[in-house]
Amino acid sequence: MEEKKYMNPYLAGVLLGLLLIATIYITGRGLGASGAVKSFTVGIVETVAPEHTGNQTFYKEYSGDHAGSPLMNWLVFEVVGVFIGAFLSGLISNRLNLKLEYGPRSKPNIRIVGALIGGLLFGFGAQLGRGCTSGSALSGMAVLSTGGLITMMAIFGGAYLFAYFFRKFWI
Amino acid sequence: MGPLVPDVVGNELNFIVALIIGIFFGVILEQAGFSTSKKLVGLFYGYDFTVLRVFFTAGIVAMIGVIALEHFGLLDINLTYINPTFLWSALIGGLIMGLGFVVGGFCPGTSICAAAIGKIDAMIFIAGSFIGVLIFAEGYPLWEGLYKADNWGNVRVFDSLGMQQTVFAFFLTAVALFAFWMISIIENKVNGIKKPAFRFTPYYVTLGAIGFVLSLSAFVLTERKDSLLELVSNKEYVESYEIKTISVDEFAYRLIKDDNKLQIIDFRPTKEFEKQSLPGSTSFTFDNLFEKEPNKILKIRHKINVFVADGEHQERQFAIVANRLGFSNVTILKGGLNSFNKEILGFDKNSVATTKQESDTYRFRTKASSIIPVLIKENKTAGPVKKTQKRVVGGC
Repeated sequence: MEEKKYMNPYLAGVLLGLLLIATIYITGRGLGASGAVKSFTVGIVETVAPEHTGNQTFYKEYSGDHAGSPLMNWLVFEVVGVFIGAFLSGLISNRLNLKLEYGPRSKPNIRIVGALIGGLLFGFGAQLGRGCTSGSALSGMAVLSTGGLITMMAIFGGAYLFAYFFRKFWI
Repeated sequence: MGPLVPDVVGNELNFIVALIIGIFFGVILEQAGFSTSKKLVGLFYGYDFTVLRVFFTAGIVAMIGVIALEHFGLLDINLTYINPTFLWSALIGGLIMGLGFVVGGFCPGTSICAAAIGKIDAMIFIAGSFIGVLIFAEGYPLWEGLYKADNWGNVRVFDSLGMQQTVFAFFLTAVALFAFWMISIIENKVNGIKKPAFRFTPYYVTLGAIGFVLSLSAFVLTERKDSLLELVSNKEYVESYEIKTISVDEFAYRLIKDDNKLQIIDFRPTKEFEKQSLPGSTSFTFDNLFEKEPNKILKIRHKINVFVADGEHQERQFAIVANRLGFSNVTILKGGLNSFNKEILGFDKNSVATTKQESDTYRFRTKASSIIPVLIKENKTAGPVKKTQKRVVGGC
């Protein structure tokens, strides 16, 4: 069967906006993603090297802000939901298949290294910037947070700034 | 009044809510096409601006929605998570994320979507982001200074720019509409499509009209506080507004009887309240009326909420605002505390009573003027009643 077409972007945007309003109204906070990666990381380190987390400032500050297990976290539940939702959506629209995507002039091994380093940079940057595209840029825009909008402009501005140097990856 | 967490929606239920919201989030992102890196980075090479369309539309809709919820008193913005602003970490963190975006082709949320439908590159991206967080955590002392530099607190952009919220919202919506037009032109050029980007088809006209109405709606949704302040600045309106009043004698009587129905809401400045206050009274500010936690006490049933301030006019102003906000059970002290101080506390015993009623009043006031000051003195140690609720912790 053929893949179904994507949703109209403006319609998707309105739906996403309404979801964000509902989220803020119900929970008092916006959507997010990178926070869950942080919780998973802290959770893993806590299990593998519990002594280590007791000594380092970062983990101490984390457990100061978040009581209980790092996996009993709002964003962890939300991200598990994202995974389920995306899977269901892919299932309905016939888009489920295992594949490595890369640009026409790129190669699989370049793509693998690029994805790994890109993820690393995004993971690091999201910690420094207190949130990623969802948690800081999108949710920050909804509540008109100065920091959220600065981060948003920096992400997209930065991407345009560096896009030229990595054009062979994509076009 | 929102947010519903933690009063209406408990902390355990909140996790279920998170899961459900996440499912919707995942479905929308995947349906919009955010599950393929080619579509995502198209934004940076001009061949596909889906990301910008979805992202900007969602941001504008949510922004106006939040302003509307606040305007209609459905959301207490003081309890809502406003991403804190740390100038340098936001800028540098953002730039690093931008680099990560063009190198890796995803952002964290979209990588999860893409991984869910089997994209191997997305799975590798997620693995990379774990390493990124780990590096940040392990090397934390190295960048802790940068991470915490220039803390501006939970500021909002219109305050930073010295603008009104509505003006900024209108401005941002206009920028979004202009951007949608521009990107369609760029997209067609890059992809070699000759058709004009926007034609006057019913589809585009409707879309444009909705956007225009949305941007204008920002102006209708003025900040509630401002419009109410303006309303009560009208002297005639305030004086002619009908409000239940309580006479100083009845008020004194209930005070002496230690009537637990009586709930005194004191609007004097906190400093004066701390110096001297009536027994069982609660210090309140104008802002408290708009906040979820403090105004709970105004909703307690079978209470007589007496608004007190120095003058009756001020009491009236606060009472009208409270009325407008939906608190119908509001009484004001006739003549204000000035009159109470003069007639009761500082009752002039030399005044002459002629009629029967006047002599009753005389006797009562003489008694009250000796009892109430003692009650006030005893109360002094209790201090102001303060109720605060913490802002929700959010973000990544």
